[in-house]
Amino acid sequence: MDGIEHRLRGLLRGEKRMIAQIISAVENDCAQGLLQNIFPYTGRAYHVGITGPPGAGKSTLVNAVAKQFLQQGKKIGIIAVDPSSPFSGGALLGDRVRMTDLAAHRDVFIRSMASRGSLGGLARTTKDAALVLDAAGMDYVLIETIGVGQVELDIAGVCDTTVVVLVPESGDSIQAMKAGLLEIADILVVNKSDRDGSERLVMELKFAMEMREREPDWEYPILMTTATEEKGIGQLVIALQAHIDHLSMTGKLEEQRKAKLLHHVHELVEQKIRSHLEENVMHEHDLRTLVDRIYRRRLDPYRVAERIARKIVKGSR
Amino acid sequence: MKRAKWDAKFKACRERDIDFSTVSGLPVRPLYTPADIAGFEHDRDLGYPGEFPYVRGVQTSMYRGRLWTMRQFSGFGTAGDTNRRYKYLLKHGQTGLSVAFDFPTLYGRDSDDPFARGEVGKCGVAIDSLQDMETLFSSIPLDKISTSMTINPPAAMLLAMYIAVGEKQKLPAHILTGTIQNDMLKEYQAQKTWIYPPEPSLKIIADILEYCAERVPRWNTISISGYHIREAGSTAVQELAFTLKNGFTYVERGISAGLPVDKFAPRLSFFFNAHLDFFEEIAKYRAARRIWAHTMRDKYGAQDPRSYLMRFHTQTAGCTLTAQQPENNIVRTAYQALSAVLGGTQSLHTNSMDESYALPTEKAVKIALRTQQLLAYETGVPNTIDPMAGSYYVEALTNELEREAYKYFEKIDKMGGVIPAIEKGYFQKEISRSAYSYQVALERQRKHHVGVNIFTEDEKPAIETLKIPPAVEKVQIAKLRRLRRERNNQRVKEKLRLLRKAAKDGENLMPRILDCVRAYATLGEMCSTLKEEYGVYREPIIF
Amino acid sequence: MERKIRVLVGKPGLDGHDRGAKVVAAALRDAGMEVIYTGLHQTCESIVDAAIQEDVQVVGLSILSGAHMTILPRILKLLKTRKAGDMIVIGGGIIPADDAKKLEKMGVRRLFGPGTPTVEIVDWIRANAGKVGKSGKVGKSGKVPRHQTVKKKKATAVARWRKKK
Repeated sequence: MDGIEHRLRGLLRGEKRMIAQIISAVENDCAQGLLQNIFPYTGRAYHVGITGPPGAGKSTLVNAVAKQFLQQGKKIGIIAVDPSSPFSGGALLGDRVRMTDLAAHRDVFIRSMASRGSLGGLARTTKDAALVLDAAGMDYVLIETIGVGQVELDIAGVCDTTVVVLVPESGDSIQAMKAGLLEIADILVVNKSDRDGSERLVMELKFAMEMREREPDWEYPILMTTATEEKGIGQLVIALQAHIDHLSMTGKLEEQRKAKLLHHVHELVEQKIRSHLEENVMHEHDLRTLVDRIYRRRLDPYRVAERIARKIVKGSR
Repeated sequence: MKRAKWDAKFKACRERDIDFSTVSGLPVRPLYTPADIAGFEHDRDLGYPGEFPYVRGVQTSMYRGRLWTMRQFSGFGTAGDTNRRYKYLLKHGQTGLSVAFDFPTLYGRDSDDPFARGEVGKCGVAIDSLQDMETLFSSIPLDKISTSMTINPPAAMLLAMYIAVGEKQKLPAHILTGTIQNDMLKEYQAQKTWIYPPEPSLKIIADILEYCAERVPRWNTISISGYHIREAGSTAVQELAFTLKNGFTYVERGISAGLPVDKFAPRLSFFFNAHLDFFEEIAKYRAARRIWAHTMRDKYGAQDPRSYLMRFHTQTAGCTLTAQQPENNIVRTAYQALSAVLGGTQSLHTNSMDESYALPTEKAVKIALRTQQLLAYETGVPNTIDPMAGSYYVEALTNELEREAYKYFEKIDKMGGVIPAIEKGYFQKEISRSAYSYQVALERQRKHHVGVNIFTEDEKPAIETLKIPPAVEKVQIAKLRRLRRERNNQRVKEKLRLLRKAAKDGENLMPRILDCVRAYATLGEMCSTLKEEYGVYREPIIF
Repeated sequence: MERKIRVLVGKPGLDGHDRGAKVVAAALRDAGMEVIYTGLHQTCESIVDAAIQEDVQVVGLSILSGAHMTILPRILKLLKTRKAGDMIVIGGGIIPADDAKKLEKMGVRRLFGPGTPTVEIVDWIRANAGKVGKSGKVGKSGKVPRHQTVKKKKATAVARWRKKK
């Protein structure tokens, strides 16, 4: 059986088992050949990122938004990222639980990903996994970040639209500004808006967003939702669609996506160089012995780097 | 010999290589002396039996007057099957009934609900309507027994069915005695049997409090349960603290529903676990009584002593039963039962040795019941009241558990109370962490469980177990369908409509539920009706 | 990078006793596995959907309600019809010996009774889940997966380094 052909066909037909297995291969870094073949079929889906502090209700919000898209007859891919344990490398992935209404739907595919050591709120392979869902014919790919309170800004580099979700309690607004979350937001959501302090948070956010450099023709919406009761979700969906329109009308969609592709290429090149270094030029071990000498001031890091770079260019030792 | 000298000598001795801590992880010193209970005053800290703060027991004469109620939790198959088992237990000297319902009933679903597949009559008796309830208590006069029903989200419906059975036996509601568990808070925290979200659930509970205070005054309206919190893996301190905090939350609800505290608090009772650590358990029951007495009197202003004396039922810990060497469970359960009796329980269930395999056989249940009877009639334990009082260790442990419980109360208050803490997953997290660290302690041999991680044997035990024939499901469904054909469906529809309306208008639901029950509306029909109004609960996932 | 073991831990049916499921899930995580926890009260269908979308090697089901003879065969059947019959199904809970025998005959690979140390479950999964795994084949068309080269090079580098010493 021809692996790639067969798998690609399954993927394009939207076979769930095949999508799932390809994402696993992507996660395990053994799908490069396949990704090359998949790429031409991507670029149609619209990627939405959902990020925010822990307990903001991101999964519930994703669930509610996805339901509305389904009613419009759209196909939805969802990726929910949870942290891997830094000690064991294992992970407990529980975001699905809040999406049980959706999981069985024909037009929904939900995948949990562990961060596997990545620190920016996504796994290193989340972007490629999203491409797989794109190729599988999803209209929307919703990506939910880890949400453990660390700085999770990677999402903006992956998605067309970034939704930042905050909640009234626990002084999130101030933390969010510090963490740069507001800088990446295209749409702001105050979830659990039935609780005390939500009005105040909205005011604070309005103020903060006025300080932010304006994007012409886009008024950052600040919406109130109660995702558990599916309140305010309609407005959010409208805002998302307005943002797509805005991006495509102003030509920003293409511009943004090109910037992201450029970044992606850079990343891949860096990875290539790194593995080339590892495999063909100098292994970590040898580098360590060099560092030993640098430490004793027999060598200096600048000259070593220079020499290694020259070796890489030449291609081998 | 002076203490310092003994300490030095003791230090020179070698200790066994285990953790000297209670099963819940509280450190245990090698020796307790008066120094460990400095400032202890008998009359103030313990009081006399039947007197504030009730540490020595809630009745003046305790077991000298009347032994605890031996109440074996039981139910399986159809109502007819369970009715036969009840008659067997009553014949063998059991003094109260305790109904175990099957899962579909516990969740307010009918036996033909798709979710009920494979579960009908498995873990308890299947009750779909008043008709089944009539069979369950057929030729058991309700004025001669008290009945405890372990039922939570649909508690109001089952209580209504019991009242309706009473009506058929020509017995007025005000003479009925018994208990419904009706403790939803611990469901969200530990046992995880829920239908509606917390707020409407608590509203229904307040309705029951109000209704029973008027109409069924001898009924215990909530059995505030630590048992399940413990079974889910909590420590003794967590069981104590969470259970009491739940209790206070119900009291606050009753008060804010406009009921005077002394009108409903006397009908609140408790339900605790009897776990492995003998002394810790005794201390837990004693601390619980002291906390309840003080808080109810001083914080909630109760004036009737019945509002602040804590009555409780105890069940030995199901989670400690082993599938390995199952006969050991008889002994294990006996020790646990002893701790409950020394802790002053009002009623007791002893687990059967085969329950880590299936529901118990008649023989296994009889041995479990005999375990209690041995304790009551042979050991001499009930001859004097609260014989553990004054033990340096037990008193020190009682104080410590009490202190730790108050720390938890404070934490929960800071989160805004029990319900916000549930929504944040606080209890769930605390409990699953404790469960996991206990498992880790077992696997590292820091704690022991005979037959599981010490004194293990290879051979598989041959043990006879109770089988629920698959036909039960078919029989039950057929009976249910016949009922739906034969009853007056117009009347059912009308009564359900009125129930829905009462829910919408925020009226007390009990009278409406009773009307539905009398019209033979099914449990599933009533619960779905309320679900339409109240919505369903979604758990937060916490590890 | 080696292939991560992914395990679904599910609670089918109505029983709410999730202590065991959660303890096992935590233990598997601490053993380095990625665990998808389904939450309580799941239908067989939703568990199978999750298992497929999450591409787990192992589906672990905890059942303490006595409904195992209904639920487990149904999950096996659903997996088969969804072309995921290669997933390993294991179970835990209160399951009498004669039922266990029947279930193992039907294709449940292993049943872990009460009191099983979590290490035993971890070891069993490690020994059995690594072997098959269709998705491992995906990238192998033509190109040797990177991790294999790395390993080889690592070995020679170490040898070189030792020689130098």
